[in-house]
Amino acid sequence: MRQATTATMDRHTIIEQIPGLRRYARALTGDAWAADDLVQDTLERACSQWHRWRAGSDLRAWLFTLMHNLFANQARSLSRRAGSGVQVDPDEVAGELRAPDAASDLALDLQRCLLRLPVEQRAVLLLVSMEDLSYEEVASVLAIPVGTVMSRLSRARSRLRELLDAPAGDLAARPAAIGAPMLRRLK
Amino acid sequence: MTEPDTVMDPHDTRPGIPDDDLHAWLDGRLPEDQRHAVDDRLAHDPAARDTVAAYRSQREALRALHRPLLDEPIPPALQAAAQRLADSRGRTSQWWRWGGMAAGFALVFVTGWLSHGQWQAVRGGETIAARSRGTGQEFVRQAAVAHAVYAPEVRHPVEVAAAQQEHLIQWLSKRLGRPLKVPDLSGLGYELVGGRLLPGDTGARAQFMYQTPGGERVTLYLGALDGGADATARQETAFSFSGTGPVPGFYWVDQGFGYALAGKLSREALLQLAQAVYQQL
Repeated sequence: MRQATTATMDRHTIIEQIPGLRRYARALTGDAWAADDLVQDTLERACSQWHRWRAGSDLRAWLFTLMHNLFANQARSLSRRAGSGVQVDPDEVAGELRAPDAASDLALDLQRCLLRLPVEQRAVLLLVSMEDLSYEEVASVLAIPVGTVMSRLSRARSRLRELLDAPAGDLAARPAAIGAPMLRRLK
Repeated sequence: MTEPDTVMDPHDTRPGIPDDDLHAWLDGRLPEDQRHAVDDRLAHDPAARDTVAAYRSQREALRALHRPLLDEPIPPALQAAAQRLADSRGRTSQWWRWGGMAAGFALVFVTGWLSHGQWQAVRGGETIAARSRGTGQEFVRQAAVAHAVYAPEVRHPVEVAAAQQEHLIQWLSKRLGRPLKVPDLSGLGYELVGGRLLPGDTGARAQFMYQTPGGERVTLYLGALDGGADATARQETAFSFSGTGPVPGFYWVDQGFGYALAGKLSREALLQLAQAVYQQL
């Protein structure tokens, strides 16, 4: 852990957090533009709330918390606007058209499947797997009990496994959605 | 592996390895004694082994996802945001640090420009003194620094190109906290190159860049002026011209927003552009 370097907030320690924030935001939103916008929003929010950050506490965790709150709000208003949860954000489309970059098919598949997880599950899964936060850290970032972290993690992993195992055509036929409702698991 | 497919019910790790333990084991979060206990039970539980194997490859795939992003250079807009955060924390105005040497270098010229600048205002043919000179000078100075830094830039003159004009407008409108319009100067021979976000002393600034087919560039710099302590800063002003520096320009204030149009052009040409901008905003 980089506790020592994240206990202060100067330009250098903030800059250090940005690559990780960008990657997490990218996986969370599935879109390059939206992700960088989210990171920027997060930094702006931090600007207006820096006095709430306790010096010496983990800067990274705090920034993740701000980002999560912003994203949850966005996702809520998006799904309200779009009704069925289908995204119509022009930024999204622009990102899809512009950025096939170097991502392999596997990564594209994984990203597509990730977007089919409910936001809460996606966040837990990414914070645990991609960012390597402890369950306690995730609980504090998302302001939920550790028990909830565990149940979301469990649901996210099993759901993602189903999605990744599903025939590709099955997935491609359905639009990716930020707030897609979770399919009921067969008992 | 003759076990039935576990896809439909991956939670069914029958002989009872608790689900939480399975995840904690996978994520390396179990104390050693518990880890060994799970090891032992996994040895006798092919279904759980399958599940764990699937989750493990999932975890590895997630750790690899978008990894190249970690090594990408940080976009200037995010660097600027980080700088603003550091500044708001430190309460020291270090905005000029951003841009480093280039901005510092430009400052030398700009300071010269301002100290020798002839401040005049033109409206309807008559000359009046420009109001709110203090804030205006700071604003114009920042606009000129931004122009001097970015106008000669060959590869990255803007952050968001004109091709993504819609995104550019949405983005900068959000940053500057008011719906923006990008003035169309094509009637005067200037096409939009794009725009970027910059830090200013009283908040975010946008810079739009235009150029002629011959590569002549002008920049429009804008942003909200802080009216708190100095209400006169927000008052509307006439066009103010400064023409003796390396980058002549016009400056004006309209509805709490400052605007500076700069370019190496004649005063008449600049005025014409400034008026075209003013009429469209």
